[in-house]
Amino acid sequence: MALNTADEGASPPFLSGYRPAGDAFDELYERDGTLRPHWEYLVHSVEALGAAEFDRRCAEGRRLLHESGATYTAYREPGRIELPWPLDPMPVVLPSDAWRTIEDGLLQRVELLEAVLADLYGPGRLIDEGLVPGSLVWGHEGFLRPCAGVRPIGGRHLPVYSADVARAPDGHFVALGDRAQAPSGSGYALQNRVVMSHVLPSIFRDSQVHRLRFYFRRLRATLFALSPRQDETPHIVFLTPGPGSETYFEHTYLANYLGCTLVQGDDLVVLDQQVWLRTLEGLRRVDVILRRVDGAYCDPLELRSDSLLGTPGLLQAARAGNVAIVNPLGCSAIENPGLMAFLPALARALLGQDLQLPSVRTWWCGDDQSRAYVLEHMNDLVIKPTTAHSSDVTVFGGRLDAVGRDRVRREILANPHLYVGQEYVPLSTTPVVVNGELEPRAMVIRAFVAADGGGGHTVMPGGLCRVAPDSSSPIVSNRFGGVSKDVWVLASEPARELDSIAVADRPLPVARGGLEVAGRVADNLFWVGRYAERVEVAARVLREVARHTREIELRPGDDPQLRTLLAVVTHVTASFPGFTATTAPGAEDTEQELLAILHDEKRVGSVRYNIRALQKAARSVRDQFSYDTWRVIGAIGDEMAALPSTYGDLAELERLLILLAAFGGLSADSMTRGPRWRFLEIGRCLERSLGLIATLRALRAAGAGDAEAPWQQILGFADSQTAYRRRYRSTPRTPLVLDLLIDDDSNPRSVVFQLLRMEALLQGLSSNAVAPTAEQKALRKAMKALQDGKRAPGSRHLDSELDGLLFHMQDRLTAISDQITQDYFRQPERPHLV
Amino acid sequence: MKFRVIHRTEYNYSEPVSLCHNEARLRPRSIGQQICNVSQIEIEPAPAAMSDRQDIFGNHVTYFSIQETHQQLVVTATSEVERGHHTLKPSSATPWEEASRVSREGVEPESRAVAQYLLDSPSVARSRELTEYAAPSFSPGRPVIEAAFDLCARIHRDFEFDPARTTVSTPLSEVLAHRAGVCQDFAHLAIGCLRSLALPARYVSGYLETVPPPGKPRLVGADASHAWLALYAPGAGWVELDPTNDQMPDERYVTIGWGRDYSDVAPFKGVIFGGGTHTLDVGVDMLRID
Repeated sequence: MALNTADEGASPPFLSGYRPAGDAFDELYERDGTLRPHWEYLVHSVEALGAAEFDRRCAEGRRLLHESGATYTAYREPGRIELPWPLDPMPVVLPSDAWRTIEDGLLQRVELLEAVLADLYGPGRLIDEGLVPGSLVWGHEGFLRPCAGVRPIGGRHLPVYSADVARAPDGHFVALGDRAQAPSGSGYALQNRVVMSHVLPSIFRDSQVHRLRFYFRRLRATLFALSPRQDETPHIVFLTPGPGSETYFEHTYLANYLGCTLVQGDDLVVLDQQVWLRTLEGLRRVDVILRRVDGAYCDPLELRSDSLLGTPGLLQAARAGNVAIVNPLGCSAIENPGLMAFLPALARALLGQDLQLPSVRTWWCGDDQSRAYVLEHMNDLVIKPTTAHSSDVTVFGGRLDAVGRDRVRREILANPHLYVGQEYVPLSTTPVVVNGELEPRAMVIRAFVAADGGGGHTVMPGGLCRVAPDSSSPIVSNRFGGVSKDVWVLASEPARELDSIAVADRPLPVARGGLEVAGRVADNLFWVGRYAERVEVAARVLREVARHTREIELRPGDDPQLRTLLAVVTHVTASFPGFTATTAPGAEDTEQELLAILHDEKRVGSVRYNIRALQKAARSVRDQFSYDTWRVIGAIGDEMAALPSTYGDLAELERLLILLAAFGGLSADSMTRGPRWRFLEIGRCLERSLGLIATLRALRAAGAGDAEAPWQQILGFADSQTAYRRRYRSTPRTPLVLDLLIDDDSNPRSVVFQLLRMEALLQGLSSNAVAPTAEQKALRKAMKALQDGKRAPGSRHLDSELDGLLFHMQDRLTAISDQITQDYFRQPERPHLV
Repeated sequence: MKFRVIHRTEYNYSEPVSLCHNEARLRPRSIGQQICNVSQIEIEPAPAAMSDRQDIFGNHVTYFSIQETHQQLVVTATSEVERGHHTLKPSSATPWEEASRVSREGVEPESRAVAQYLLDSPSVARSRELTEYAAPSFSPGRPVIEAAFDLCARIHRDFEFDPARTTVSTPLSEVLAHRAGVCQDFAHLAIGCLRSLALPARYVSGYLETVPPPGKPRLVGADASHAWLALYAPGAGWVELDPTNDQMPDERYVTIGWGRDYSDVAPFKGVIFGGGTHTLDVGVDMLRID
């Protein structure tokens, strides 16, 4: 093993370029340049892999992250963009004794902060007795007055807590910030761990790294324990602001991992001072809400009335003790850097102890002396407002010019209680892989704490490490392109199976079928089905054009069949006027239009437009798809991005079509036959029949009669060439083709097949209903029309009678879609303030 | 003096409301100069859930929700309040600068709690304009209570009472620019001036008897709830002022509650599902009993 062959303390070649600079503590090297012992095994093992193998592992890690769809959303002009989750392949290694100091410090800190919250929202003695200045608390936007007097279930003010921890030059750890409001990152930490244990499996196994999963088991047990209904299995929901949220990936990931239903504010309703989830089957009571929506936005009645994310009456339900909210509303009062200046005194007063994990030195400007200090030493300090926690409002005093300093000074003097000055801590550096070499980068670790079943808490042994975007930057934030790392806390002894945790998982009754589908979820699945089929319809017709023109010139003026086919393209993608505008476009215009229908995402109806729409709808219900299905949805987007933008390569649509088939196959194979699957399938059936009907109507519109129709291509488009050939062994004849595409109930691509299938799917949705639903009635009318219009098999022609029938069908199918929307997806009216 | 106050709030909606959640602050609190013996709230249609509590300021809050479809909501609060005769006008020789310093530093235990009334609140933000407007009343060394009454007298003189000019959401800067508003605006204005000078001030919501005593002019603010303010003066405590009528609230005033500004003590608010457009009708009757 590499460990045995390397000279003690000598710098391995792998590290030859690694030069920690300045005063900062380096995680890897001692001051004298020797490798810290707890890194030896990792460093030597990675070195033993060799550069090429390590690169391959890194690429594998990126692939895993990409395929699992791990992203975060950043706000950059002009809007939001979704970025791949960045993970550095070198974990941070911490020995067990160092971790023990962090752990003990955090346990004390959360106990203290919980006591502070209990007082601020309870008796208020801390302010009365002068231990905390009133304006520090009352001026902070995290302090929510309506929450005063609300006693959280179990008295737990901080069931979850997290802190950003850094190491100062002297090697001691300090807390940079406290996070109570929906602390994000634990899901990313878990995802990082999953990837790292795949990328470096044997190194990970032999390093005796503390496992993270016990933390999540503990969290889940705590969520169970907080339920106000201890006699039943609690219904736990994960409240997300929605797919636009920065960390939406994590919401879907954790909701699945913890087994919670992912919901948004308007999926919930408060009745009888209790919280209910609206589902297609009715209301289901909610016992515990794990929330990622900021407290102030959770209830437009008592909190911010302009919130669109909230549930009116939620705070009253919590006040009545009928729902546990994790964390309780109002907890962000402790996300106040000004409070850090008072924590040492508070620890002594409330716990009778000294603060073990110190905060970064902080001067709260609401205090006259501290303000004077801050104004005088602005050059050496970091200036922060007390209310916002994104680092983009943090100012490094030393980097300001005279004008900037003057502006900051005026802002502080206008509202001194809203600002703090903090000591600038040079963050410790840790190795990061940059272009195949290791570079020292500043790091911060976000650590996570969850309440346990007793009165205490438990710390996740590990966390989310984030490093600065470049070697000179002291700022660490995802928003600025920082990279994340896994944190390996080494066990002092072989990993104990900490399985003694009494997980309160009660035996669950067997559940069948699809309960609790929110209308929003059904709606999105229906559209996933429709968009997937739209992509397929457009891709298929484009492929037929490409096949047709493979050997002949793209000159519609000379080729009536091509002209008709192009008209079909415009009709089925609804990208009017397109080819219906001019009868004989030149070759160049034709190419351009075809490419636009493929690539132009601003063009409604284009392949790319529909793929975006498919991804958006799928993302809103991400938690509904299996891992494999989600990978295929991701791959469809990747394939689109990879498609060449020259006309000659349209045949490359093959791969896209295969992926779409894979998506169809996976949803058929891995979704349970509940309402979710039914809505997705109904969407597909609707769109498939509409696509075929649009095609046939386009032939007529383009002036094609029985003789002129490009039936070979249409059969190809409808994937029915083989069926036709096997059945008739002749060149396509209109009545036979029309029978196969419209009336043949054994052809899975025919219109009648889709209608019959839809009937079966709708039947399954309304199995309890006595009378047929409105959409079932509409569907029956459509089928009757189809049968009435058929005098004898094989008697259809491309004539006005057929067109009339198809027009009628189109109309019926659209009505069915509207009716389904009306019956199942209608969201309650948005509540508003009076 | 004993009053019966009947406060009726009626909403009519153009479309059915399927569900509503509401908060009413309509029950007067019992404080030094007043005791509220009876207070009851009737709601039509009957609420499915209802619950009383006290908010962070100590005001009585009634939460209720109506879960049956309705197109009209009527909330009638009936209270009987005994109001003591007012003693002397509070006076204090403390110069306003000194009052400000004591409140700001929060050294005295009783002045610590007033810190929140120095800060900006949802409807009242301190500003240079407010400081400038207040300045003539606050000459150096002037006793704080005297200066505050002078400020209210000037507001009464300079501003026109005109319900047509403002709504509950009109910002203070507009009130200042147009020199017009209603009792709520004048209370906010005076509070903003005082806070801009670092003097703690709070908003008081309540009622004012409108029957004019013989020979006295009829007071403005009739047939609705009224609003005024209170200033914290070290040594004297909370001193009430009514800039709308340029007087110190006396036995004809009934307090419902107080907060940093209107948004903390709005008599009624609700969130509804559905409803379309609505009309609102509020009536207050204040009768002397015995």
